Amino acid sequence: MNAPAPLALAQAEDCAPVLKERGQREVFCGLTGIIWLHRKMQDAFFLVVGSRTCAHLLQSAAGVMIFAEPRFATAIMEERDLAGLADANEELDRIVDQLLARRPEIKTLFLVGSCPSEVTKLERAKAATRLGAKHAPQVRILNYSGSGIETTFTEGEDACLASLVPVMPTLAGDAPKNLIIVGSLPDIVEDQFRRLFAELGIANVASLPERAVADLPGIGSNSSFLLAQPFLGDTAQALEERGARRLEALFPFGVEGTTSWLYAAAQEFEVDERHFDDVVRPYRERATTALAHHRERLQGRSIFFMPDSQLEVPLARFLANELGMTLTEVGTPYLHRTHMVQELAALPAGVMLSEGQDVDRQLDRVRATKPDLTVCGLGLANPLEAEGRSTKWAIELVFSPIHGFDQAGDLAELFARPLRRRDVLRV
Amino acid sequence: MQLSVWTYEGPPHVGAMRVATAMEGVHYLLHSPQGDTYADLLFTMIERKAKRPPVTYTTFQARDLGKDTSQLFQTAALDIVGRFKPDAMIVGASCTAELIQDDPAGLIENMGLPIPVIPLELPSYQRKEHWGAAETFYQIVRHLADKDRRPSDKATRRPLVNLLGPTALGFRHRDDIAEITGLLGNLSIDVNVTAPLGAAVADIAKLGEADFNIVLYPETGDLAADYLKRTFGQPAVRTVPIGVGATQDFIREVAELAGVDSEPMLREGLSRMSWWSRSIDSNYLTGKRVFIFGDATHAVAAARIASEELGFKVVGLGCYNREYARDIRAAAKLYGVEPLITDDHLAVEQAIQDAQPELVLGTQMERHIAKRFAIPCTVISSPVHVQDFPARFSPQMGFEGANVIFDSWVHPLVMGLEEHLLTMFRDDFEFHDAAGASHLGHQILPDTGRGTSVTAGGVPSASSNAGVTTLVPLHHPADGSPPRAGEELWSPEAEAELKKIPFFVRGKARKNTELFAAERGVATIELATLYEAKAHYAR
Repeated sequence: MNAPAPLALAQAEDCAPVLKERGQREVFCGLTGIIWLHRKMQDAFFLVVGSRTCAHLLQSAAGVMIFAEPRFATAIMEERDLAGLADANEELDRIVDQLLARRPEIKTLFLVGSCPSEVTKLERAKAATRLGAKHAPQVRILNYSGSGIETTFTEGEDACLASLVPVMPTLAGDAPKNLIIVGSLPDIVEDQFRRLFAELGIANVASLPERAVADLPGIGSNSSFLLAQPFLGDTAQALEERGARRLEALFPFGVEGTTSWLYAAAQEFEVDERHFDDVVRPYRERATTALAHHRERLQGRSIFFMPDSQLEVPLARFLANELGMTLTEVGTPYLHRTHMVQELAALPAGVMLSEGQDVDRQLDRVRATKPDLTVCGLGLANPLEAEGRSTKWAIELVFSPIHGFDQAGDLAELFARPLRRRDVLRV
Repeated sequence: MQLSVWTYEGPPHVGAMRVATAMEGVHYLLHSPQGDTYADLLFTMIERKAKRPPVTYTTFQARDLGKDTSQLFQTAALDIVGRFKPDAMIVGASCTAELIQDDPAGLIENMGLPIPVIPLELPSYQRKEHWGAAETFYQIVRHLADKDRRPSDKATRRPLVNLLGPTALGFRHRDDIAEITGLLGNLSIDVNVTAPLGAAVADIAKLGEADFNIVLYPETGDLAADYLKRTFGQPAVRTVPIGVGATQDFIREVAELAGVDSEPMLREGLSRMSWWSRSIDSNYLTGKRVFIFGDATHAVAAARIASEELGFKVVGLGCYNREYARDIRAAAKLYGVEPLITDDHLAVEQAIQDAQPELVLGTQMERHIAKRFAIPCTVISSPVHVQDFPARFSPQMGFEGANVIFDSWVHPLVMGLEEHLLTMFRDDFEFHDAAGASHLGHQILPDTGRGTSVTAGGVPSASSNAGVTTLVPLHHPADGSPPRAGEELWSPEAEAELKKIPFFVRGKARKNTELFAAERGVATIELATLYEAKAHYAR
């Protein structure tokens, strides 16, 4: 194979019309990221400072499916905290003491802000510093906000990872080059990427986050990073501020995306082109084989993305270019144009993009365009199914291994399954 | 502040959603930030509702604060009227909107909307879901019940009642309503209105036409029933017909108020449960130790069934909704147990550990706890899970409800003769206690013997995917084995003998023997001590 074709970056800036909407949004807030982040970072605990609603959200999003004691909890604010009858800081200290006594294995505690804690201006950062001093060195206390007034769904992970960047160890200016994969990936995918980088001859690879917060990668002027997820704007900025360089590529979904993503690293680490081709070829071939199974079912079928995770644009690109699906509307909660330059350029011409949401108007468009498949949140899926529309739960795209060559077939299968099911059922 | 891992109840606005979603033609305007829409999935996923809940969230963001959040609210109100054309609207604030003090009631009042608008005051930092549902239903009734409606001439019709309290996301409400409506029909009593579930605004208007009210779910229906009594003089039946005895009491009470004869129905004995329980094979149920926790109404009803109708021994009784603690206290007194009033699931977990029950009747929360301790469990109350919305007809109330209860409580237990065989032959390689009840498949239970596969002194981790969870021991490990300091308390012979006792009573035997030894100052538990304790505690 050849190196990925250079993309027409010059025109990419405004390659597609974008409908900007504002109104009711049917999306999760950033707290929801805790559901997968607490599983990824096994020495960390997430303490939301919030209301009963926050606790209820976390347990509803988790589906009460985690029957071991999870590594997250909520400090529920009560009337006396708001009325000034109790000093909120003292209360928080008490809760943290209680928690750390019960869970002595916690090494990092994230204090997570919520809508009520942000609106009441509870000083999260100050509390983290105070508690950090108290519990050092056993426990490191970090903080970020996952509030719905500031973050949409996956932006919670962005805020969390950004809060880790300042505590990454500093590498010396003459340290050897290192590569950081940014974004929490399922362990199996992370391991696959590590093996691929090793085969390419890129040895110095780390992840943000690592499976233990204690193992945070070092960073310096010889560091570069690849975003594994498209929703990490603040994290990328924080990494750049610490001297690391972002490698520009498609996101690693499908054959095309994964190749581009790996190629960006190969170029940075001066991997021989032929060696790159030799390493990548068998992976590309088997991913292509896996996709062929699903192309027949998906080719020519139309798909509508409601905004959810910011994964929409790269996934739409994958479905259109590699499986021949027709894009009717690609909604995203937020369009990060800088990180999406290559993705936007790779989209079929004239695709309708929308940013933000007015859910009722968007549902009107779903009903008008009658797509074969609508990707949407859990609150909308059954009502649309009841109207006779096939849907795909967007949250599954966040909870499943979908990155890289060896998951390309699985990713296609996620979209093919609802259509296959509809064909199979006689009930 | 309160440290919470799992909660039994959501915030009060979720209670309001349960009412709005249950009704027809009522739309809920909720002033709230992005993210509060998560609550939609409770209805569309857990209950598999085919329609979106009729809720519009104003979705304000940080940049709107202090600027135009009230404008967002008013725009949303107009959009609702234009798009959904509801017959009535309820308006309120979620926890964050309560803090920014936009005053939804005042904002909406000035708009002069063409439909009835009912403002809700649901203090998010004080109250919870059930109360929110009760208050919302009460406000709807207060605003929409037509004060001029009265029962028509009794001579020209059958007795007429209202069924109050069922909501969306309730535990078996759908089937309870069908069962009780049928039962009333057999008594020649008609249902005027069932509300909130399935009621339209026009139905609420005619509540006053009923002769009396039946409060099926006090947690959500009591406030409205009190109001209807004050306003229309309608008496209320508050006996909740869960279980054979309670259903019979209910029939008598309803029949008396309606002036119909209950004797034919009572004589007929419409429940199979009575005979199933008296059947000789049910002998082994006698004295089974049962721990009960849920909402107060379901917990109190379950305690009566357990004690009177199945011959179980109630060893724990509690509820998470403090508003109804009094009912639990009264019942606990009846069964001689300490009432447990808490919404901290860790306290419930501790109480279950201490009580060493053979069966847990609880919510989804207790199901998880029981699973971890390898104790059989049946769900009897909300909070609910997708499994609690079965496709089949599966009421809790009335005679059919009693049948359902018999099946669903008895099924998880090890059955009669199998229990004996497990006691008699200890070492069969397939048929041993760690394999669990044979009719439930061969799940491997955590070893309930001493100190083998239990994680370091804490709760055994039954989760396959949770990684290593190390908890600080609460008091005792789940199997009732003593803390580490007491390792040498048991002689090897007594320890070996203890392991011959079936797993479902082993923890209790261990605890009793240790208590017996401690009371008598016995330093080492020998074989004889074990059997002396057994004789002492014989039931």
